[in-house]
Amino acid sequence: MANFSKKAAIAGYGATEFSKNSGRSELKLATEAALAACADAGINPSEVDGISTYTMDNNNEQEVARAIGSKELKFFGQTSGGGGGACAPLMQAAMAVATGVAETVLCYRAMNERSEYRFGQPIQAQMPTSDNLIFAYHGFQGLMTAAALLAVSMRRYMHESGATQDDFCNYAMVARKHAARNPNAFFYGKPITREEYHASRMIADPFHLLDCCQESDGACAVIVTTAERARDLRQPAVLINAAAQGSPWGTMGLGAYYKQDIVPRDECAAAARQLWATSGLSPKDMQMAIIYDHFGPTVLPGLEAYGFCEYGEAKDFIKDGNIEVGGTLPVNTNGGQLGEAYIHGMNGVCEAVRQIRGTAINQVADVENVLVTAGSGVPTSAVVLSRDV
Amino acid sequence: MSYVSAPAEGRPLPVPTELSAPHWDGAREGRLMVQQCPVCEAYVFIPRRACPQCLAEPLEWVESSGKGTIYSYTIIHRPPHPAFEPPFCAAIIALEEGWHMLSNVVGTDPATIAVGQAVAVEFLDCGEVTLPVFRRVN
Ligand SMILES: [Zn+2]
Repeated sequence: MANFSKKAAIAGYGATEFSKNSGRSELKLATEAALAACADAGINPSEVDGISTYTMDNNNEQEVARAIGSKELKFFGQTSGGGGGACAPLMQAAMAVATGVAETVLCYRAMNERSEYRFGQPIQAQMPTSDNLIFAYHGFQGLMTAAALLAVSMRRYMHESGATQDDFCNYAMVARKHAARNPNAFFYGKPITREEYHASRMIADPFHLLDCCQESDGACAVIVTTAERARDLRQPAVLINAAAQGSPWGTMGLGAYYKQDIVPRDECAAAARQLWATSGLSPKDMQMAIIYDHFGPTVLPGLEAYGFCEYGEAKDFIKDGNIEVGGTLPVNTNGGQLGEAYIHGMNGVCEAVRQIRGTAINQVADVENVLVTAGSGVPTSAVVLSRDV
Repeated sequence: MSYVSAPAEGRPLPVPTELSAPHWDGAREGRLMVQQCPVCEAYVFIPRRACPQCLAEPLEWVESSGKGTIYSYTIIHRPPHPAFEPPFCAAIIALEEGWHMLSNVVGTDPATIAVGQAVAVEFLDCGEVTLPVFRRVN
């Protein structure tokens, strides 16, 4: 049983603006977000002695450390992937802090994903890596983008659950409604109508353009330290109550087509089992959630995997208004990655911190616990963040 | 609209390896070849060295009937590569022996495709490689 529950806390967070063209390097973005997180926490950047980021981040830990003036790193590492890794750097940081390996760990994700490379572009397989050996049986059938690969899994979800395009629209409208009130969101002031959703062009059936996350430039960072120390710093401590990774049998990167059940839910369910077991909490204890939305429709199996509704019932849960601010479980109050920005889920972590502090734009009343999840259909991760009470 | 039933110029093609050669050699001869575990009898696709269920090796190559149903699918509307003319269908086929394969459903208006439809394999000669693809049957 994991024993780092509530031993580590997020003491500060920082972010750059979210755009389609940042006009500066990814190292500059990472540095800005990291320094903002240190300032928010009220620590001197020289104290950062650990770094945890994603394998998909192009900024090496030592370069970011030099850029912010860290004296010496004792712990540095990257966790697997991009979107599936969204919460895993927090887990690594919490373990490092709880064991005394490091005291002040910076987690960051910085990317010029829109202006420099665009994940939405076709994947090109060349070297015979483990990923590319699989791609040979997917890419050559024309599934060369994340949208196309996940579309197949979500079509099966529709078949099994009875969810329709209108149900997917219901999520997209909520995300854009939340974003419309968030000045930091790319789609601030731009809600969508049901007609606009259905009129948006089809990318890979069943995904419309308005089901797809944005492609964004920007960076987010958090500072993780011991709960004890966080209590003495500038901001209220946001405790890392539980954190988990999940990669059960049959998991593949965006194409786990060879299991009996290909709905992108198993990885999240594996993380969920650990989270609820180690925290002693249950879905009912969450006042809100950040559910990963690389593609909006995957929020439905996400809600089911983490136990907020039975399998196949998320469509009704959303239709009944539960996930809006004012509902029983507001979801993606920042506008999600459809509405705010796509920073591989790190912007969702920052939103959870704001909600627990009580400083969010779309503030939910009396937030004690927030579930934050990472991408589905890939090896994944999740975290429960809690108010210090 | 071609519905990918004809080989397109410049379509990216798999490069057979020592491990996967029997699958591609079979396709060239008009046979759909798949691996099967000699111990637990699980069918194994994508080609692997050892059985992912019980780790037995080597796996045996056997011929599939090539008959199955559409387990799930997508219709691609944004061309991922100039050689794929949209809209086209990529589908997971549930073969009747109980294994999954991702392929294309050809010669059918994508708008009429649905989960559960019966399909059968046919072979698309793309020059250096022959691809197994599927077509709806009654
Ligand atoms: Zn076996």
